[in-house]
Amino acid sequence: MGIALTRAAQWTTACSGTGKLEITPLNESLLKEIIRFVEPFQARHPEEAALVFKEPLEWVTTLQASDFKTDYDISGSTMKSQETDLDGNPLLHLHASSIRVRSFGQLSKVVQFARDKQLKEVRACLEVNRDPIANILGPSFATVEGEDTSVLRLLEKVKEDKKDSESEVKMKMLILLQQLDMQLLNTSLKQISQEVRLAPAAVKNEVELLKRFCGEGEKRLLKSVEYTSDYEFSNGCHTLPKRQVHGEICYLIIKPCDTDALYITCSTAGVFLNGGIKKEGEDTDYERKSDMYKNLVMLLKDKSPHFAENIDNQDFAIYEEPSSTKKNQHVESVDAEEQGQTQRSYEHQEKNVHEKTRQQPAQNKPSSKKKLEPSLKWKNLGLTSLHEDRIDNGKKSGMYEKNISPEASPISPETKKRANLSLSVSSRQHSSPKTSKTPGGRPGTEEFSESSTESEEDEEQPDRRQETNTDLPSEYWQIQKLVKYLKGGNQTATVIALCSMRDFNLTQETCQLAIRDVGGLEVLINLLDTEEIRCNIGSLKILKEISRNSQIRRAIANLGGLQTMVKILDSPDKDLRCLAAETIANVARFRRARRTVRQHGGIKRLVGLLDCVPEKAAVLTPEQEKDIEVARCGALALWSCSKSTRNKEAIRRAGGIPLLARLLKSPHESMLIPVVGTLQECASEQSYRTAIQTEKMIEDLVKNLNSENQELQMHCASAIFKCAEDKKTRDLVRQYDGLQPLVSLLKMSDNKPLLAAATGAIWKCSISVENVTKLQEYKALEILVGLLTGQPEEVLVNVVGALGECAQEPANRAVIRKCGGIQPLVNLLTGTNQALLVNVTKAVGACAAEPENMAIIDRLDGVRLLWSLLKNPNPDVQASAAWAICPCIENAKDAGEMVRSFVGGLELIINLLKSTNKEVLASVCAAIAKIAKDEENLAVITDHGVVPMLAKLTNTTSDNLRRHLAEAIARCCMWGSNRVSFGEAGAVAPLVRYLKSKDTSVHQATAQALFQLSKEPNNCITMHENGVVKLLLDMVGSTDEVLQEAAAGCVANIRRLALANEKAKYG
Amino acid sequence: KMSEMSAMNRKNIQKLAESLSRQVKHFDRNETESLITLFNTLLGEQSDRRAGSGLDRGRFRNVLHNTFGMTDDMIMDRVFRAFDKDNDSYISIKEWVEGLSVFLRGTLDEKIKYCFDVYDLNGDGYISREEMFHMLKNSLIKQPTEEDPDEGIKDLVEITLKKMDHDHDSRLSYTDFEKAVRDENLLLEAFGMCLPDTKSILAFEQQVFHNTTET
Repeated sequence: MGIALTRAAQWTTACSGTGKLEITPLNESLLKEIIRFVEPFQARHPEEAALVFKEPLEWVTTLQASDFKTDYDISGSTMKSQETDLDGNPLLHLHASSIRVRSFGQLSKVVQFARDKQLKEVRACLEVNRDPIANILGPSFATVEGEDTSVLRLLEKVKEDKKDSESEVKMKMLILLQQLDMQLLNTSLKQISQEVRLAPAAVKNEVELLKRFCGEGEKRLLKSVEYTSDYEFSNGCHTLPKRQVHGEICYLIIKPCDTDALYITCSTAGVFLNGGIKKEGEDTDYERKSDMYKNLVMLLKDKSPHFAENIDNQDFAIYEEPSSTKKNQHVESVDAEEQGQTQRSYEHQEKNVHEKTRQQPAQNKPSSKKKLEPSLKWKNLGLTSLHEDRIDNGKKSGMYEKNISPEASPISPETKKRANLSLSVSSRQHSSPKTSKTPGGRPGTEEFSESSTESEEDEEQPDRRQETNTDLPSEYWQIQKLVKYLKGGNQTATVIALCSMRDFNLTQETCQLAIRDVGGLEVLINLLDTEEIRCNIGSLKILKEISRNSQIRRAIANLGGLQTMVKILDSPDKDLRCLAAETIANVARFRRARRTVRQHGGIKRLVGLLDCVPEKAAVLTPEQEKDIEVARCGALALWSCSKSTRNKEAIRRAGGIPLLARLLKSPHESMLIPVVGTLQECASEQSYRTAIQTEKMIEDLVKNLNSENQELQMHCASAIFKCAEDKKTRDLVRQYDGLQPLVSLLKMSDNKPLLAAATGAIWKCSISVENVTKLQEYKALEILVGLLTGQPEEVLVNVVGALGECAQEPANRAVIRKCGGIQPLVNLLTGTNQALLVNVTKAVGACAAEPENMAIIDRLDGVRLLWSLLKNPNPDVQASAAWAICPCIENAKDAGEMVRSFVGGLELIINLLKSTNKEVLASVCAAIAKIAKDEENLAVITDHGVVPMLAKLTNTTSDNLRRHLAEAIARCCMWGSNRVSFGEAGAVAPLVRYLKSKDTSVHQATAQALFQLSKEPNNCITMHENGVVKLLLDMVGSTDEVLQEAAAGCVANIRRLALANEKAKYG
Repeated sequence: KMSEMSAMNRKNIQKLAESLSRQVKHFDRNETESLITLFNTLLGEQSDRRAGSGLDRGRFRNVLHNTFGMTDDMIMDRVFRAFDKDNDSYISIKEWVEGLSVFLRGTLDEKIKYCFDVYDLNGDGYISREEMFHMLKNSLIKQPTEEDPDEGIKDLVEITLKKMDHDHDSRLSYTDFEKAVRDENLLLEAFGMCLPDTKSILAFEQQVFHNTTET
């Protein structure tokens, strides 16, 4: 029972120590089992029942002496059993509510007497005696994990000393207990297995299996199985997160052969019919419309007689319950395993499809090799054997690939070429690019260290293969033929085949995938390794085109193509360098590829390509023009690569920045776009922002804002957006007259990315007051207000950000109002985009500083909206909302009344004082200082415990928080006994220290707080003890009148108290 | 007396170089002189030495093979023909220098003309299907399994025609060829390598021009 108790029973506190046995069905059944064991023990095993425990079992009982019958002596609050051990100690001892039992016989009795309190007693006993066996038989029998030798030792002892009947009894006892243990474990397993919940992996597995039952013909069991949404979240669910909360994993539409379509919900609790979910939307009916089934097969058996009949006839033992030997705490790891399995099975499926595609062309030729079939042998085998079968198949197909895998062995280019020629051109011999993926495995550690400023391509995008049963397009066969010539031709034939392949529409996905599916990529990449320049060029020209397809990109990277292309960057042939760089530019669109480029020295080489004569040179020789083209291609590749943080760093270290700066002077858009593209990408790094400023690139960026090309304009604006966080950069933008072109870009409302970049640049530029003045001149505000409606969020965030900055200028607040900006701003408070909310709250707050604006905000119920944003989980939003609330309270009419009208509002804001975010705390303190101006509200927040909460924060070292905290304390002193409470809560001493802060704005607020607190004599004593007088005396000399006055007032209060004291003493 | 002879000879060579370099593009006087010296050296090795005739086929093919790494007999033969403008089966000094000027440093136009000449086996101004087949017949590995071992070659010919025969007369005129190559430079040597690659050009120029300028 030891093992059962530690493993199976559900304890509240994790492991040892006194935990509680939770009241769960599982525990209940365990306890009942134990009771059933203990109760008749006396009768069944009288000999063992007499065995005296090594240590008594002791627990707090609810039983009274009166519950016991005869055989017990009662004296006062103590009761002893008449039955004693050899030394005369009673076997049962009850004192007050503490009971001690020393034999199973007595234990039996206790259980019998307890009657309806049985469960309670056993539970109480087990809770304090976590390992009863140790008590019963001694500590050497304590439950241990793993092999337990105690039985053997005991057996040994019994053998040694045959007369020792006690050992024998002990032995029997131990066996009995272990039997119980087994029994308990079994019971708990039964319980657990009933509760096994469906996991996404399991559902996915089942769906995959069911999909195999679909198809055409008589034998099919189902017409179709479809997810309502093919999008799979990283946790394996297909449902929207809000439904995942309900445990729903996916919705399926299954069309059986004999009934209407079934709309099914798979949830962790089980599988059931829903209200007909075709697509998740507003009016989706998630309600359960049927019984709950354990899995899909059970449901289908019930709903589709055809399915039930056939699946039974064929005796498919699919999907038995997950093996019941798995224990509760292992469930997680089991899940992971299953996930791995599904993934493998998925790949396997694909391969089968692929295998088939390859086989079809071979069919008209005599083929002696065994055809690979999707294995359907898994009947009666269950999951595990199915899995084995898969592995088996995987091995088989792996054998074919070995023959032609380009990376099978390191061979010289010459031999490789020869190997190419000697390949027998059987259609079977294309390796699947998918499987050669493994050698280029990804080291996990770095994977995470790379960040990307742009949205990353979906790393796990599933490959699409041509379906076997659909008619393959004619291009497929022609391309296959050409690939055959590539493999089996000399240079001349290869070049002809390459040129001919280029005549296909390589921008079309059919052709791109056809090249891959017939094994063309391997050959093309192989050709890059040869010395034949014409083959290199021809191959790269194709790769450059088809690498626009993301699947092809992945395949190229998986086949090691990037490494070869990086090597080609050293070629003396400029055309070749260009093509290699352009292809790298296409392939390096995903993280792993970018990393490969860097790790093989690609960044340095690409930066090397940038080095060419300045384009301004009067007459360029053809060679120089070629160099410029090489540089352009290099920039294109760097642009792609620069989306990884480490590559940005690598570009900088390779000396890329001055070269980019030089190319930025180019008059050609085709050059400028990749160069500025790279720069704006890298501008996410401080080192680049500094360099862009110091290398005088702002001037060129501003100049190109006036370009005709919108893409170039966008990148320039975006670079400025990122760089203008820096004040000097903002000034430079103004000095080079960059603001006007930015404002004129605001009219490009059709081009949203451009608009987003331009508004972003304006936002950041408007942080400088001088720029705001300029923007006013260009009437930017009016245009910005016009952009408050009908724009995508990435534009709105910037527009609102800019308005928020501009509204720091009082004159602009009126402008915003006059051109109707308040209402759309307030409307945006209902949004969900966090970045937008931060900016909107800031803008609304800035506008609220103007009473006329405030009237409009009030009318639109804007303060309530702001207030409700305090509930937003994002601390940035919380803080920004709280800051915005301050001017609202300041300027609203009847602010106190308004605040009181928000039900639960005051409690909400007070609770934010529990936040760990400094900015939230500062903003909330500021808001509390405003709220507390209203006496009634101050009373309410005092009731909500504002005083101890503020006092708790006083130890902060953040000057920003100190300042607003001191303000809030000063205000909160005005009510009741709050001054006393602050003193008692220890707020005074820390406040005194604030006066030593270097931030003068802290001083004023602190002096005011201290002045308020000094009206309470005890606080004066504390202050004096902490040396406040000297500090305050310095402040009295300040030029800040408010500070001066507060400091003086405080000193006066302290002195008055001292005088009174002296008077009392000596007077 | 010997030194007088060589001095005379040297003067003659310089004179010849002077005049040739004015007629031939791409080479300056010194380079021309080096090429003449090389020509004379090669001529000196030649067994049947007949004055005024020039390099014979065998000698020239040795150069193509050893210096420029060519292997295809038929192509080398055709290159000889292309150099041998007057069709006298010997390459004169002038033909040598003129030929090399295209061979080593020709513009795209010159090379197109040259390659077309090489590929137009019978010199009728067209590259016919048969000529293509002839030139491509060794370009693919033979498939023992194929019923018609030449099927692949025939197909390659069709592919080439489809790509290059713009006037659809089932043969390539010079215009067809020129247009195709201008569209896709890779097709310049469509029917076999008849130009040296960059590496051997560099090696040759290094050896010939640098060695002689020093002496």
